[in-house]
Parts: sequence; structure tokens; C-alpha cells
Amino acid sequence: MTLYLFYFLSFLAVLSALMVVVSKNPVHSVLYLIMTFFAIAGHYVLLNAQFLAAVHVIVYAGAIMVLFLYVIMMLNLNADTEPQKGKWLRVAATVAGGILMVVLVGALRSAADTLPVTAHDNQIGMIKNLGKVLYKDFMLPFEISSILFLVAMVGAVMLGKKEIK
Amino acid sequence: MENVTRVIQLIPLNYYILLSTLLFCIGVIGVLFRRNAIVIFMCIELMLNAVNLLLAAFSSYRSDASGQVFVFFIMAVAAAEVAVGLAILTMIYRNTGSVDIDHLNKLKW
Repeated sequence: MTLYLFYFLSFLAVLSALMVVVSKNPVHSVLYLIMTFFAIAGHYVLLNAQFLAAVHVIVYAGAIMVLFLYVIMMLNLNADTEPQKGKWLRVAATVAGGILMVVLVGALRSAADTLPVTAHDNQIGMIKNLGKVLYKDFMLPFEISSILFLVAMVGAVMLGKKEIK
Repeated sequence: MENVTRVIQLIPLNYYILLSTLLFCIGVIGVLFRRNAIVIFMCIELMLNAVNLLLAAFSSYRSDASGQVFVFFIMAVAAAEVAVGLAILTMIYRNTGSVDIDHLNKLKW
């Protein structure tokens, strides 16, 4: 059952990721990307990382994708106004990506063999444990990320407002 | 052995590495393939997610919680990046009337 679920979620993620790239309408690209994110959230549940699955759905499918959809709606983009690259550039892009894939697979092939799979703890993805790690070991990065958010908010408002004459 | 997550017993870590590599390469192909800057942005999100999935997989297989905290930070950075990036894109659209990256070639070599 778990095995079939893994294959199904992987298939769904890869297929909808491909559809993000090839679909002509940007709105369809966003919807396929949401599907990919849900498949990845399913993978997190399979890996027993419940907190990550919940945060992933809330942050990505909830916040970021709404932002994308909103911008696409505001700019009124659709399949008619969508610019397309030439045929040869697309073939070159696909070949370059495929070569990168071959290189990465070749480099990472033996990466998993070095890992000792002992002393498992299936509670590490739970909120209780992650909260302890986050607030004990990663306290400073956590606080700094709040400054990052403040800077991002100020920057977005600065860029978004009209020039004052 | 009963406190091990079932996925770790059944599926080798290589499968997750392969899946993440595939998703990452689809993201790279998308960046090279499209001309719409917003779709290129979405493909960058796809690449970030491939890395997140791999971090979570390594974290679960080695039962080390740090990897999942890193994923959390990457999500925070991605959210900030999208907010600023989309603000820049709407600004570009307001000034040039399109989000086609081939029109923005002043920095091209």
C-alpha cells in the first residue's frame, strides 16, 4: 500500500511538474504547480513529517500560489499573450536539462550507500520535537528570519507603490 | 523495528534522490524553456521544492531533525523571495507593458 502510494505520488508530482513547463496558459501552469505541491505534501506525510506537510500546504498552496494567481490575474495574462521560444531553443533547453539530469544522477548514485540506517526515531517530524530543535538549536536563525520578513515586506511595498511626483 | 516509518523499510533512499533530481531538472528545463517571467519564477519554486523534498527525505532516513528545520527556513526564504520578486515583476509590467524576458535584454552579453 505504502509502495503504491509512493509511486502514485511520484508519478503525479513529475507529471504535473512537466505540465507546468509545457502548458501554454499561465493560469494552468499555476494550477498544475498547486497539484505538484499537494503531491509533495503527500510525500512529506509518507516520510512521517506531519508538521512539514501542514506548513507546506499552508505556505505554498495557500499563500505563495494565491500571490501568483493574483499577479497573473492583475496583469491579465492568458494563452494568447503568452510569448513562446523558438523550436530550436526549446530543443536545446530540453537537451541541456537532460544532460544535467544525467550528471546529477551519476554524481548522486552512490550517495545513499554511505548512510547507516540504524537507530530510527519516528517522532522527529512531530511538532513537539521540531519545536524543541527550532527554539533551542536554531534560535538565532529563527529570529533573523523575522528581520528578513520585515525587509521583504518593506521592499515589496516600496517596489509596488507608484512614483510620487 | 516497529517504530520505523514504513516508507523507510520499503523504499530505498535512492528513489527519493532520483525523484528530487527529476523534479529539479524539470525546473531547470522550465527556466530555459519559457519566456514568461512569472512561469520562470514558478519553475524556480519547483526547484526549491525538489531540494526541500530531498532534505526531508534525508532527515527522515537519518532521523535527524535538523533537516526538517532547514526545510522550514527554506520555506520562509521562498515566501519572502516570492513577495519581492512578484513586486519587481509588476513594476516591470507597469513600465514596459510585458513580462517577456526577451524584451529585458539590456544586461545581455
